[in-house]
Amino acid sequence: MGAGRTISEKILGAHADADARAGDIVIARLDYCMAQDGTAPLAIRSFEGMEGGEIAMKGRAAFCIDHNAPSPLRAVSDLHAQMRDFASKYGLELNDVGEGVCHQVMLDRGHVVPGSLVIGADSHTCTYGALNAFATGVGSTDLATGLLSGSLWFRVPETIKIRVRGTLEPGVFAKDIALMMVGDITADGATYMALETGGPAIEALDLDGRLCISNLAVEMGAKAGLMEADEKTRAFLEGRTRVEYEPVSPDPDAGYAEERSYDVGDLEPMVAKPHTVDNVCPVGEVEGAPVAQGLIGTCTNGRLADLRAAAEILKGRRLAPGVRLIVAPASRGVMLAALREGLIETFTECGAAVMCPGCASCVGTHQGIPGDGENVISTANRNFKGRMGNPEAFIYLASPATVAASVLEGKITDPRKYLG
Amino acid sequence: MVMKGRAHRFGDDINTDYIISGRYKFKTLDMAELSCHVMEDLDPGFADRVNEGDFLVAGKNFGCGSSREQAPLALKHAGVAAVLAQSFARIYFRNSINNGLPALVCDTSRIVDGDELEIDLQTGLISNASTGEEIRAHPLPPVMLKILSEGGLVEYMRKHGALTV
Ligand code: SF4
Repeated sequence: MGAGRTISEKILGAHADADARAGDIVIARLDYCMAQDGTAPLAIRSFEGMEGGEIAMKGRAAFCIDHNAPSPLRAVSDLHAQMRDFASKYGLELNDVGEGVCHQVMLDRGHVVPGSLVIGADSHTCTYGALNAFATGVGSTDLATGLLSGSLWFRVPETIKIRVRGTLEPGVFAKDIALMMVGDITADGATYMALETGGPAIEALDLDGRLCISNLAVEMGAKAGLMEADEKTRAFLEGRTRVEYEPVSPDPDAGYAEERSYDVGDLEPMVAKPHTVDNVCPVGEVEGAPVAQGLIGTCTNGRLADLRAAAEILKGRRLAPGVRLIVAPASRGVMLAALREGLIETFTECGAAVMCPGCASCVGTHQGIPGDGENVISTANRNFKGRMGNPEAFIYLASPATVAASVLEGKITDPRKYLG
Repeated sequence: MVMKGRAHRFGDDINTDYIISGRYKFKTLDMAELSCHVMEDLDPGFADRVNEGDFLVAGKNFGCGSSREQAPLALKHAGVAAVLAQSFARIYFRNSINNGLPALVCDTSRIVDGDELEIDLQTGLISNASTGEEIRAHPLPPVMLKILSEGGLVEYMRKHGALTV
């Protein structure tokens, strides 16, 4: 291992006042904490069990109601009420029904800046790595510990360095890069490790695309999906935050557990087949498989660039007979921008059901549970058996463009057919 | 502390949706109810067959997927005393220790369904009474042993107020 330090070693070290190295266990100060309605109620219970009183993270913690929003059940409404009460009692920001998926809300509100250390009681907290933050998912009791004491223990991860070069062909997107990486690295290939992803193909992506790639880091088992900050990062943060920040770059002689490089110049649209995210193939291999429902949205692909890519294909066309399409913008901000651009009109006209910003059908608790034996094509990040609420359904994961093309045809379709 | 129990064998990549489906976990914090549904999508009879003190034995990447802490909690409430696997997903591993459910990384390849196991948490020694074989688990870091010995992170924080290495 080199004498230099990786992004993870630098950020965790700076928050623990230590020369943190991969494998060390450190107790680090947190910059921001987040929990959503699937994890916050248990965090509240843990917090109360700790009998600690005030929270250390006042003004630096948010709750988001997104997984079951609006509430589909009386019992869930009670849990939501607990979150509202706790947030007002202890001074947490409460993002209620309609604000959007927790991760997009955190980004929209500028709670994540380069170099910061963020925990979220949700596994896709790793998404913020695209903003050069060490951000990782934890459980509810970890979150309660963070809220109460302002710090948490971390094992400093080893890092896999990934360099991506080549220019994407039209019809191929960040999601296809991400699925290709998951297929290659596999579902547990980066367990306990951090990814540092960069190179010309990543620099060429807008932030929406970078966030999609970091979002899928956890599908390889990774603890964080880090990228370096650049002008695009700064432009993204402009107007969102007034917090001073210092981007963190790895040392040239940093020690990596592994280095990988990819050329995406001839990458094709990719699809993850049921029931694991690393079961990946080029779209051609599954073309023609019938599709009953499409989902465009989630913390993976519910951002403006995603909605634009889908709308470009759907504009002026109609869903195939017997096919449903659910569209859920990732946040209120994304919804407003999509309204102004006429994208929501396009979705509505083509026959889609546009949902309230939030997780929508992603996790199978409300809004759009597929039927027995049905195939779903989704822009989400997980296709586990039962994920969308029915263990008898089959979930394929793909880019927004591939989902859009597929719902027009009623079968899995290469989106390049609809371009140019 | 030595624990004795029977092995329930599962494969690789058992995700938290399989351990406890999102269908149930969003509805309630009642662990007695959730524990009736553990492993249901993979093995519908599991919750009825498992006895207090039994062990769940799996392959690699146990607990991958969402960060739901209900996964180790529901297992614990169903009577599972420890989980043994070739490897664990990171968040699950933290959650398991934080809730006082030991998670041991060891070579599980020769443990089969129904084996009678004896586990010494302090030494990490696992004896398989059915085959006579002994297996060594990776030792847990001190911070985790401390959390486990307090019965979980909630108890630990109630006593100490903050974490120390
Ligand atoms: S959109 Fe899906 S993956 Fe993202 S936070 Fe919501 S449930 Fe989780």
